[in-house]
Amino acid sequence: MLYRECGVYRTTYAQDAALFPLPADRIGTAVLVLAAVLLPPLLGTYWLRGILIPFLVFSLAALGLNFLTGYAGLLSLGHAAFMAVGAYAGVILYGRYAVPLPLALLGAGVIAAAVGAVAGTPSLRIKGFYLAVATLAAQFLITWTIQHVPWISGGVFATINTPTVRVGGLVLDTALRQYYLAFVVVALLTVFGMNLTRSRIGRAWMAIRDRDIAAEIIGIRLLKYKVLAFIVAAFYAGVAGALVVFCWYGSANIEEFDLVNSVRILGMVIIGGMGSIVGSFLGAGFVTLLPILVSVAVHKAGVLIGGGAANSLISSLEDLIFGAMIVLFLVLEPLGLARLWKTIKDYLRLWPFPY
Amino acid sequence: MRMRRVWWGSAAAGLAVVLGLSIASGPAPGAPSGGVQVIDVPQPIYRTGPYAAGGSGFAGGREDYLALLNSRGGVDGVLFRWSECEDAYDTARGVECYERTKKDMVVVWPSSTGITYALVDRTIQDKIPMVTIGYGRSDATDGKTFPWIFPVLGNYWSQASSFIRYIAASVGGEQNLKGKRIALLHLDIPYGREPIPMFEDLSKQFGFEFHNYPLPAPGLEQSAAWVDMARRYHADYVIQWNFGQSCTVPFTASRQVAFPIEKFMGVWWCGSEEDVRPAADLAKGYVTSNFTGVGRNFPVIQQILSTVYKSGKGNIDEARVGTVYYNRGVIEAAVFAEAVHNGIKQFGLPVTGTKVRWGLEHLNLSDARLKELGLTGMIPPVTLTPDDHGGVSSAYFQRWDGKQWVRIPGLWQPYADLVRAQIAKSAAEYRLHFR
Amino acid sequence: MSPDLGFALELLVSGLLVGVLYAMVALGFVLIYKASDVFNFAQGAMTFFAALALVSVLPHLGWPLSLLFVVVLMAALAVVIERVALRPLAGRPPLALAMSTLGVTFALGGLAQALWGTEPQRLSLGISPEPIQAAGILINRVDLVAAGAVAIIVAALIWFFQRTKLGLGLRAVADDHEAAMSVGIALRRVWVVAWTLSGLVAIAAGILWGNRIGVGFAVSLIALKALPVLIIGGIDSIPGAIIGGLIVGATESLAEGFIGPLVGGGVQEIFPYLVALIFLMVRPYGLFGRPVIERV
Repeated sequence: MLYRECGVYRTTYAQDAALFPLPADRIGTAVLVLAAVLLPPLLGTYWLRGILIPFLVFSLAALGLNFLTGYAGLLSLGHAAFMAVGAYAGVILYGRYAVPLPLALLGAGVIAAAVGAVAGTPSLRIKGFYLAVATLAAQFLITWTIQHVPWISGGVFATINTPTVRVGGLVLDTALRQYYLAFVVVALLTVFGMNLTRSRIGRAWMAIRDRDIAAEIIGIRLLKYKVLAFIVAAFYAGVAGALVVFCWYGSANIEEFDLVNSVRILGMVIIGGMGSIVGSFLGAGFVTLLPILVSVAVHKAGVLIGGGAANSLISSLEDLIFGAMIVLFLVLEPLGLARLWKTIKDYLRLWPFPY
Repeated sequence: MRMRRVWWGSAAAGLAVVLGLSIASGPAPGAPSGGVQVIDVPQPIYRTGPYAAGGSGFAGGREDYLALLNSRGGVDGVLFRWSECEDAYDTARGVECYERTKKDMVVVWPSSTGITYALVDRTIQDKIPMVTIGYGRSDATDGKTFPWIFPVLGNYWSQASSFIRYIAASVGGEQNLKGKRIALLHLDIPYGREPIPMFEDLSKQFGFEFHNYPLPAPGLEQSAAWVDMARRYHADYVIQWNFGQSCTVPFTASRQVAFPIEKFMGVWWCGSEEDVRPAADLAKGYVTSNFTGVGRNFPVIQQILSTVYKSGKGNIDEARVGTVYYNRGVIEAAVFAEAVHNGIKQFGLPVTGTKVRWGLEHLNLSDARLKELGLTGMIPPVTLTPDDHGGVSSAYFQRWDGKQWVRIPGLWQPYADLVRAQIAKSAAEYRLHFR
Repeated sequence: MSPDLGFALELLVSGLLVGVLYAMVALGFVLIYKASDVFNFAQGAMTFFAALALVSVLPHLGWPLSLLFVVVLMAALAVVIERVALRPLAGRPPLALAMSTLGVTFALGGLAQALWGTEPQRLSLGISPEPIQAAGILINRVDLVAAGAVAIIVAALIWFFQRTKLGLGLRAVADDHEAAMSVGIALRRVWVVAWTLSGLVAIAAGILWGNRIGVGFAVSLIALKALPVLIIGGIDSIPGAIIGGLIVGATESLAEGFIGPLVGGGVQEIFPYLVALIFLMVRPYGLFGRPVIERV
């Protein structure tokens, strides 16, 4: 009832090709976008800097990896390194060469994409788990290079702070403005990504994912599309990395882009739902926000039972609970949170009048 | 199908409990009763993961010292109310903790390099002084460039030069350094690479050879580096600049290549009981630097034992009182409390971040004042100014005797000119690019 | 012997001996992958869990009883993991199973620290740490013992897979789940057995690594070192794990000793992967891995 598909007639090609053919989807998305634009001024800096900006940044990174893993069926454990490339490229372009911020963001993405193209070439021959581990070579090689080339790392700290961030004449010094920059970038790239997955490229990726030999036989050039998947994924990661610098930490620090983060982003894609745009956001939310929620809850509970020397025990329980939650949600919905979301929509289609 | 019900039920129940608890408001720990002025001291801290021994030690030391002050009626009548936020040594989590609790903060101890870097700009905006004793940016000594960061005691460059002072003394003078081969075994992350330029400057000045051996983090496999240092480079001294369990690995790895333990030394983050205990006898004779005194033989530690622990209100396992990490936590809290005291004296109540910063900039822990606070011997006397936020300071050295750390008599001065030149250079670079 | 050659030999020997220890960790992955096609993220956490459990009971029970305790504990753990994290996901995409083991990783790490604390512990095998001198090369006694232990374990595993009914069952399941089930092999029991075996290997790896680096959370990070071993040797091959371990150990040691000084050092992590990439270009399923035959 609430989520209706019937009664929607597509009478023109334009209607058929619309991003959101269903009124319910259109309204829902509009409400969400409006909320994302109008609500933040009412939220404090904690919500923006502690929750929403990290969420947006990781969503973008997860979205990028989802093209690679969810759509093209290729695994990568080097995604955080692509973010590092973007972070350093962005801050060097903006800080050292005074490239305007929008161009610096684009440049960060392009340079990361170029690195991604090289890192992606083994995918033609290597598959599955072997490819995932092979991409670790990229992870280690990239972080090593950034640290060991002083021109990139900016010296022994291997940490480059960004100068005051300006877009045009506007100084991005408040949490709200940083949030809006992140939001605009993520929104644009999300729309681009939605269209990309429905384009020739996206369909070629899905064909490769489902059966690469079959895809090859019907005339899809594997090398081109596999490398393209790496390029797009690395582009998104690069922009996300630049956002880490400009909107979140204020500095590019190589230690923030280690293997742990690569695994974390892969976790977002799988828990969120492979081959789903919404899933990337849900997965990023799950992996970045749930540990915080668990931590707050566990420590509150800890205070109720005593605190003090028991603090270490309480903190250890956080990991235990977070791990159990991952298992629990996967058992409930092995195809990810996006599938869960679809199940809810299916339920709402008939609610409140089930057969 | 019944099974799925159970799963769904437990998922829903689990989420409900977590959500409910996280929204519910509870009393903060160590909450004093109403009616008096209270300062909140929230701390991002890590009690799990590879560096948990450090995090839990710091937190215990700080909380016990604040508890001691509370039991005496606080500082100038102001009591402390501390709380913890688990960040698992993860920068994103640490920043989230900071943002969540900063409205109550008048000081922040990031306790991690990554979180320090991420907070440099934020603390300026939020007007919260960041105290990074013994870690963080070495150039933060320059108060003009980094107005809200306070290294207070030695930084990595000052420490590196104290090492050379110490080695010079053990080879019979600086003139004998010439031709000696010194190796730096370090984690290949910014923290481990930071002392390299200082060692290079010193090697130019004194004519010793210097070579660094990077270990890819987490640095658990070191045999290639050790074979190289001991069998090809023939190092006279090896200094390790690691953290966590990578500090423990050399005790077996150096034996394997028959490198003498007396010639092996460690950075102060490789100088805790937790770093050497897993090696037991193999670590006997190992020397590290330190920026605080070790053990329980200080008035303030005795007072903590006799007041806080006697009344059963300790914040850490009593056996760990007086250990290296714990004492560092005590010092962090003591420096903070002194800054609060200075701030109140100058401006009165209420205590704010700006006043604490003023208090830190006018910190004067002279011998007499240290004695009053029961801190004699725990740190060298320290005086800060608005331009000099500390960081160029003498180091202690300590030796592991198989059971505990024993202070090596003496205070090892840095080569202050070289260190200050390096700081000035680095700070100027920072100003040029980023302000 | 020229100094360079002697140095190279020493690097090689120490590298090979470490490689044996990598192989030990890699074996745990192989056992589980063989029987269930699951990449087990939790292998490192299991190693940490086993080692920490062992050192925590060691002062109270002594070696024989402690070992027995840990063996029983790891078997029980296998049953629980199979029941909670794997069985409900049987037949689902392998990545979902792998992610589930990532959840197990967090849970195990948290559980171990909650039960036994976060302080690094000592684990001593009571073997003299002094090296043996042989032809001018220093060899560590503990490493020799470790190599011996690994040889025994591998021999036992090979015997198990070749000669016992259960082992043959495991191989059958690895070949084809459905065919194995249709001839009456209980998939669930095979999984429990595979996880138990992997748990036993984790105990051995935990003891050997714990003796080397101390027993603390970082033991769980050792699993990362097993990844290049797996792609060189093949993720489903026991001999592959051993050969891969030796190659990785030797490569990283020699690379650090000879290429490191040219480029500023710290390359020991990278080179095994570069070597692995070369191997993969020639054999995309590792040296001994089972190639997947693809049909449209």
